[in-house]
Amino acid sequence: MPMSAADNAMGLGLRALNRIAGSPLLDRVGLRGPAEKALYSATKSGFKAAGAAGRTFARVQSNGKPASRLTTGPRNDLFDLKPSDEQQMMRESVGDFAMAKLRPAALDSDAACAAPEDLLTQANDLGITMLGVSEELGGAVTERSAVTSALVSEALARGDMGLAVATLSPAAVSTAISLWGDAGQQATYLPEFVGETVPAASLAIQEPRPVFDPFGLQTKARRSGDGFTLTGTKSLVVRGADAELFVIAADLDGAPALFITEAGLKGITLQAEPAMGVRAAATATLELTDVSLPGHALLGDADPGVYADCIRLGRIAWAALAVGTSQAVLDYVIPYVNERSAFGEPISHRQAVAFKIADIATELEGMRLVTYRAASRADQGLSFAREAMQARRLAATRGMQIGSDGVQLLGGHGYIKEHPVERWYRDLRAAGLYEGALLV
Amino acid sequence: MINLETPKKFKGLTDQAHQVALEVLRPISRKYDLAEHSYPKELDMLAALIDGLNDSGGSQGAGAAGVKQDVASDEGNRNGSNMASALGVMETCWGDVGLVLSMPRQGLGNSAIAAVANSDQLKRFDGRWAAMAITEPEAGSDSASIRTTAEEDGDHYVLNGEKIYVTAGERAELVVVWASLDRKLGRAAIKSFVVERSNPGLILDRLEHKLGIRASDTVAFRLENCRVPKEDLLGSPEIDTKTSFAGVMKTFDNTRPLVAAMAIGVAKASLDRTRELLEEAGIVIDYDRPVTGQPGAAATFIEMESDYEAARLLMMEAAWMADNTKPNSLQASMCKAKAGRMGTEIALRCVELCGSIGYGEGELLEKWSRDAKILDIFEGTQQIQQLVIARQLLGKSSSELR
Repeated sequence: MPMSAADNAMGLGLRALNRIAGSPLLDRVGLRGPAEKALYSATKSGFKAAGAAGRTFARVQSNGKPASRLTTGPRNDLFDLKPSDEQQMMRESVGDFAMAKLRPAALDSDAACAAPEDLLTQANDLGITMLGVSEELGGAVTERSAVTSALVSEALARGDMGLAVATLSPAAVSTAISLWGDAGQQATYLPEFVGETVPAASLAIQEPRPVFDPFGLQTKARRSGDGFTLTGTKSLVVRGADAELFVIAADLDGAPALFITEAGLKGITLQAEPAMGVRAAATATLELTDVSLPGHALLGDADPGVYADCIRLGRIAWAALAVGTSQAVLDYVIPYVNERSAFGEPISHRQAVAFKIADIATELEGMRLVTYRAASRADQGLSFAREAMQARRLAATRGMQIGSDGVQLLGGHGYIKEHPVERWYRDLRAAGLYEGALLV
Repeated sequence: MINLETPKKFKGLTDQAHQVALEVLRPISRKYDLAEHSYPKELDMLAALIDGLNDSGGSQGAGAAGVKQDVASDEGNRNGSNMASALGVMETCWGDVGLVLSMPRQGLGNSAIAAVANSDQLKRFDGRWAAMAITEPEAGSDSASIRTTAEEDGDHYVLNGEKIYVTAGERAELVVVWASLDRKLGRAAIKSFVVERSNPGLILDRLEHKLGIRASDTVAFRLENCRVPKEDLLGSPEIDTKTSFAGVMKTFDNTRPLVAAMAIGVAKASLDRTRELLEEAGIVIDYDRPVTGQPGAAATFIEMESDYEAARLLMMEAAWMADNTKPNSLQASMCKAKAGRMGTEIALRCVELCGSIGYGEGELLEKWSRDAKILDIFEGTQQIQQLVIARQLLGKSSSELR
C-alpha cells in the first residue's frame, strides 16, 4: 500500500508539472525559459508574472444614458421553499454538469492548482456568467436573482468547490458591473462576459493579514488628477494569473470602494498563492504598485452601501458553496458507513456513527435554509446584512464541522486522497473566511 | 418562488400572541416559577380568549388542535394551520413556556385527539382539556414497550398500569392514555384511550418537583381497574401490525414542530434580553464586520443568533411541509433535534454572558435556561430524534440501528 500511494502521488505531481508547463500563460509573459526551474515547486510558490495582458476592453462612453438595472423580483408573501420552474431547470442542468464534469476532474485540478480550460469553456457555455447580466445587455435574465445564483453555486460545489470557484469567478465581476456599473462601464465590459469567450476575471477583496476586516482595507486608492493610483496587496485572488479584468477593493478617502482594473496595467504583478483548499481556483497574490486608473474605473460611485452589499452577497455565495460541498459529504458518507463493516456489522449500526450522520443532515439543512433566506431577502430588496452574516457563520462553524466529520467517519481512509473527503475538509475551511471573490 | 419570510397574513396572529406573552404571561412568570403546584388562575381568562379566537377563525387554526396533515389540495403553495400553530406557540413561549404548557384546552392530548379521533369523538371531546400519558417508569423513549394493559370487558376496556410525567395531568379534564391491547403483539397493539380525569380508576400518585417549567404540573398516575367506555378508544380498535403504531406515532410528526417552536420561543426570549443587557453595557453587535475582530460577547451573540435562525427555519420548513401535505417525518425530527439542543445551549450561554445578572432571580434568564432543558427531552429526546433521522437517511430498521 505505501508503495502504490507514493506512486500515485508521484504521478499526480508529474501531471501537475505537465499542466503548468503546457500553460500558454508562460509564453504570454515570456517566462518559458526562466520558468523551467521554478516548475519544480509549481504548486508551492511558483512563478511571478505580470497581469494577463489579454484582450483590451474598448472604452464606451455612456453619453449620459442611464445604466441598465435588473429589477428586483415580485414580492411573494407566502413562505415557500419551492424554486421556480426556471430555477429548478438551471439547478438540475448545472447539477448534472457538476457531477458529470467537475467531480471527475476535481482530484487532478486540486493537485494542479488549475481548472482545465475545456471545463471552464463548457461552464461558460452553460451561461453561468450571463446570470447576473440583463437581457438588454445580452445577458440571460430580466430580474435580479441572488436565489438563482445561490442555487447554481450550491449545485456546482456539490461537484467540486475549487472548480466551482474557478467557474463562478468571472460571474462575480459581471454581476458587480451589472449591479453597480454606470452605463459606460456596462457597455465597455459586459458584452465580453456574454460573448463567445468569457474572460477570466476576479473580484479581489481579501488581504493577507490576520483578523482581516474588509471594511478596513490597507490597499489604498489615492486621487491623482482625474483618476486614481492603487497600491497594496490582495491575496487569494481567484485565477489571478489568467484574469484579464479585476474588480479591486481599496480604501478611498477612508472608506472602502471598488475599482475596475484591467490586468495589463503597469504596476500589477501576480504570484501563485496555493492554499489549503479551493486549489483548482488557481489562487494568486495580486501586488499593486502605483497602478494608475482612469476616473471611470471607480465602480458604484464609492457608495458605502454598494461596497457593503458586495461583501454581503459574497458571504451568501460562499455559504451556498459550503451547502453544496456539505451535501457532497453527506452523499458520500451514507453509503460508506453502510458498507463498511467492523465488529461483525455495518458501522452505521452504531449510534456514535449514526448520530453523526443525523447531525450532518440536520445542520446542513439549517445552513441551507439560512442561506436561501439571505439570498431571497436580497432579491426582495429587504435588508440582508444580518442574514448574510448568519449564513457565513453557519458555513464557518457547521460547514467546517461537516467537513471534519466527513473525514472522521471514514477514519484512516478519510485521510487519504483515494477518497474526496480530505479535499472537502480543506475546501470547507475557505467558506468561513473568504471575503469577496464570488457574488450571488 | 423561494421566500422564507413569515407571511403577512400571520402578522395579526403573531402580534396578538406576542401581546399575550408580554402583558399576561411575563408579569406572572416568576410568580408561578416560585409557587410550584399552585394553579395559575390568570390563565382561565386567557384560555377563554384563545377559544374565542379559534371559534372566530381569527387565529388561522392556531393552538394545539391546529396541527394535522391537511387533506391534499392542488391550489399550490399553502401556509396553513400547522405554520400558524407553530408561530403562535413560538410567540407565547417567548412569554413563558411553563404557562403555555398549562394553558387550558391546549394540551398535547388535544393534539392527539385532533390527529386520530373520529368525527363522533371530535364532537364529544371538543372544548375539553386533554393531557397525554405515555411514559412509564420502565418505558420512556422506548414507547413501544409500554406495560399498561387494556382488557376488553363488555362495553368497556379495563386499564391497568402506571404512568409518569403527565404534563397538566392534575388540571386537565381528560387524559389520553397509551395502553396495549395485547402485550404479545408488540407495538401494533398499542392504542390510545381517552380517560375522564374524574374516573375513579385513574389515581393521582404524586406531583413532581422540577428543574424548570414549574408553572406546569407534572404528575404520576396509577391505573387500577380503570374502566373506559369502548367508544373512547381513539382511532380503530383493529390490531394491524403494519399501520397501527405508525398511526399513534403520527401525532408526533405533527407536534414535534410545536415543541421545536417552544424551544425557539424560549431561545428568542433569552437572546432578546441578552442583547438589551449587552447593549446597555456598551457592547456593539455588528453584522458586517467579521466576528473575529469583534468583542467576544458580540461574536458569541452572532453565533447564537445564527444557530437560532437555523432552528427556526427548520421548524418553518417542517410546518410548511405539513401544510402542503408533504411527508415531513424527517424534517419534524430535524427541527426538534436542532431546536432542542439550540434552545438549551443558547439559554445557558446567555446566562454566562450576563454573569451574575443572568444567574440571579432578578432576571428571567436563569429561569429560561432551566425551562429550556425539558424541550430537549420530552416529545422524543435529542437522541431519539437522532435515531429517527439516522434510520431514515441510512435506510435502517429499529432492530438494525437500535
